[in-house]
Amino acid sequence: MQVSLRVRRFDPESNQGPYYQTYSMDAPDYYTVLDALIHIREETDGTLGLRCSCRSAICGSCAMRIDGHAKLACKTKIIDLTADGGEVTVEPVGNMPVVKDLIADMKPFWDKIRAVDPWLQPEGPEPEREYVVPNEAMQDLAGAMNCIMCGACVSDCTVLEAELNRGVPVEKTWLAPAALAKAYRFVGDPRDDHQYDRLEKLSDSGGIWDCTHCFECIEVCPKGVAPMDRIMALRDKAVSAGITNNNGTRHAKAFHDSIKAYGRLDEVTLVPKSVGFFNIRELLPQMPTGLRMLKAGKLRLPHKAENKKKIKQIVDSLDKEQME
Amino acid sequence: MLEHDVLVVGAGLAGLRVAIEAQKQGVDVAVITKVHPVRSHSNAAQGGINAALEQEGSPDSWEAHAFDTVKGSDYLGDQDAIEIICREAGPEIIELEHMGVVFNRDETGHLGVRAFGGATYSRTFFVGDITGQALLHVMYEQVLKANTRIYEEWFVTSLIVEDGVCRGVVAMDLATRRLHTIKAKAVVLATGGAGRVFEPSTNALIVTGDGISQAYRAGAPLMDMEMVQFHPTTLKQNGALLTEGARGEGAYLLNAEGERFLGNERNQFYAPSKMELAARDVISRAEQIEIDAGRGVDGCVLLDCRHLGEDLIRERLWQIWELAMDFANVDIMKDPVPIRPGVHYIMGGIKTDVDGRAWDVNGGGWGGVKGLFAVGECACINAHGANRLGANSLLETVVYGRRAGLTAGFYVKEAPTALLSEAKMADDESRIKEIISRPDNGDRWAALRLEMGEMMNSQVGIFRTKENLEGALEKIQEMKLRYRHVPIQNKGNIFNTDLQFHLELGLMLDCAEVIALSALSREESRGAHYRLDFPARDDEKWLKHTMAYYTPEGPEMDTLPVTITQWEPTERKY
Repeated sequence: MQVSLRVRRFDPESNQGPYYQTYSMDAPDYYTVLDALIHIREETDGTLGLRCSCRSAICGSCAMRIDGHAKLACKTKIIDLTADGGEVTVEPVGNMPVVKDLIADMKPFWDKIRAVDPWLQPEGPEPEREYVVPNEAMQDLAGAMNCIMCGACVSDCTVLEAELNRGVPVEKTWLAPAALAKAYRFVGDPRDDHQYDRLEKLSDSGGIWDCTHCFECIEVCPKGVAPMDRIMALRDKAVSAGITNNNGTRHAKAFHDSIKAYGRLDEVTLVPKSVGFFNIRELLPQMPTGLRMLKAGKLRLPHKAENKKKIKQIVDSLDKEQME
Repeated sequence: MLEHDVLVVGAGLAGLRVAIEAQKQGVDVAVITKVHPVRSHSNAAQGGINAALEQEGSPDSWEAHAFDTVKGSDYLGDQDAIEIICREAGPEIIELEHMGVVFNRDETGHLGVRAFGGATYSRTFFVGDITGQALLHVMYEQVLKANTRIYEEWFVTSLIVEDGVCRGVVAMDLATRRLHTIKAKAVVLATGGAGRVFEPSTNALIVTGDGISQAYRAGAPLMDMEMVQFHPTTLKQNGALLTEGARGEGAYLLNAEGERFLGNERNQFYAPSKMELAARDVISRAEQIEIDAGRGVDGCVLLDCRHLGEDLIRERLWQIWELAMDFANVDIMKDPVPIRPGVHYIMGGIKTDVDGRAWDVNGGGWGGVKGLFAVGECACINAHGANRLGANSLLETVVYGRRAGLTAGFYVKEAPTALLSEAKMADDESRIKEIISRPDNGDRWAALRLEMGEMMNSQVGIFRTKENLEGALEKIQEMKLRYRHVPIQNKGNIFNTDLQFHLELGLMLDCAEVIALSALSREESRGAHYRLDFPARDDEKWLKHTMAYYTPEGPEMDTLPVTITQWEPTERKY
């Protein structure tokens, strides 16, 4: 099939800014985006920069944005993207600085991984033989170990994007999905003896409570790791462990209580309830946003939902299920 | 000038294991790697890692594992090296488990095993079908914990050998193209195999034989390079590997007639008793015979997993389910998937002793380069002989990685500090400048690489003859001449992959030449090396290793005896 690849080019050695270059080719039906890029690099344009190695979605080198979303180029067939004569847009991963063409500087990604102390920390004398643990626990962790560290989830994380857009320095941004999925792998490991410390650290600002449930990381993960689900599991574990003295837990509780009381969300008290009513230091910076929302008609004083009773029943039954 | 006690080249499982062990000796260790460590090709190992772990009521023993390995090697493996790898396997598995590897368990919560090819008992420990990835990522965690210095995305252009001693490397920082001399008292090569010398291949694009060629050029001999393993189950579309674990779990191999052909008596090469769990060389040959005889499907035979059930596939073979789905459009739960033999692994490599030293300390008469170590697929410690058993390669990386790390750690404590010139770096700089400045003559390294790979597959493949091998050598000579004039388009400094791949091709051509010449010299059939003109194993003449030494005129061949401890060669049947 005839296809055009519109590739974002950038070479810091030239004086040019980033630009798009279109390569057209006759691509066999089995061609992946990576096949096409390799074809370009080998046959037509040796200056095109990209990382790739295994060609079978194992090494994690070739994550990039394809038609706007992070994907592994080696796992994405052109025929699934466009019809004969169509165009595919290829860009480097987002949320990380571009070094050249499709090559990004992954340092922010690795720094976040490192920040969760990503190694097993058992205490006490090692057993002579293996640790005896249930297979189900290992199976669950193997699902998280399926992560190939490609960075797709970090590329498309909307929380991270918003932080970077706000000008938050990258080292101050939140841990983001991949590192938290990695953290889950240790918190969920019955052999690890630092689960509580880990959860406590992860419950701090910039950790598990910063996720906004946008599902993007689940959507783009090429290995089914479902980072957001792991983050939610970490929240459960943290709350169960009694680590609740933090904005995240208070926020979740305020959410819950408001729904139970009014059948809908009371946005006015949500923020103060999350950070604490007398926490001027954290409340003050939120004021302008609150005022803008009020002006735009997005904030309403608490008012009850029509079928409040029914909603309360649902909440109660969920609470009961949780207790059990 | 950058300087370390031990410099490990390559950050796959073997390299990282070396680094961890050497660092424990209190010496200064660094790792240099052309890709980020977790991008390394150890990832691709799927099925598992072998060990005869002592367990109550288990009839298995390290001796049984060793015998299977000796037999798998078609008696070419050095039995001292095999005894070590099998004896030390158990503690390595336990150590990996303690590091955090999430091995599958049995119903009692103890380590579980699966069956694998060429093994008398089930002794393959595994993490689904992502064992290599699970091990590599855990080893990387350990390196993070130890805070090891890693030169990421640096490409070694030469080893520096002065007065017959390896004293460091010249390396290019790929992000800037700048060359650096890195001085080291010991250099440990852990650069992986040379699979891309063949096309197609299961191997990642980075597997270009760098360390093998560089050691060879630096004066270290290469051993048994003719021994190239074809894996029996690779996808037709992109050569991707489908684990032997599938057959370990009970999958069948079928021909076009739906027959489990390995059990057919019509051919002496088949494996009526072990069937799908025979050694890889045996099965790959059988498949090729079926395909050549017209009993294949579109140049393939079929791997049938349907009867294993969805639950088992979901728990233990999820990756190959995905691979077959993504690349062959086949749901292995519902249909058999077409597969064929594909180049997978090189048993041969840089000759080392059982501690990873690539020089002769015991008066064996094979020379080598002092201060140089090798481990993993690039090395030939010779635990695999003429055919490696599945799930012995991961084992080799950790057993011999630890031994080489330990030995290198000791070695550098005694090694004197030497002055080092930057002459080699200047040489490499002018060599690279010359390539960059070449006028465009219309030729491309990619075209030459493809030609080399396809030629190697057709002429130095599963079935070999004198005529084909001589033809291959002639073509390689032509290619080497042509290579000297191949230009590159990219003249830039930042991640100039055009330049990197050009340099890699030069290294691969050396590997190709040694593989073809070693294959020509071995006038018998043994393990993975099958000569149509010498179809029998010939223990009288060829119970020995081929050795290739670099000379400016081309490889010089020699032989070394095989070490036999307790298993005398007998007929090999599966």
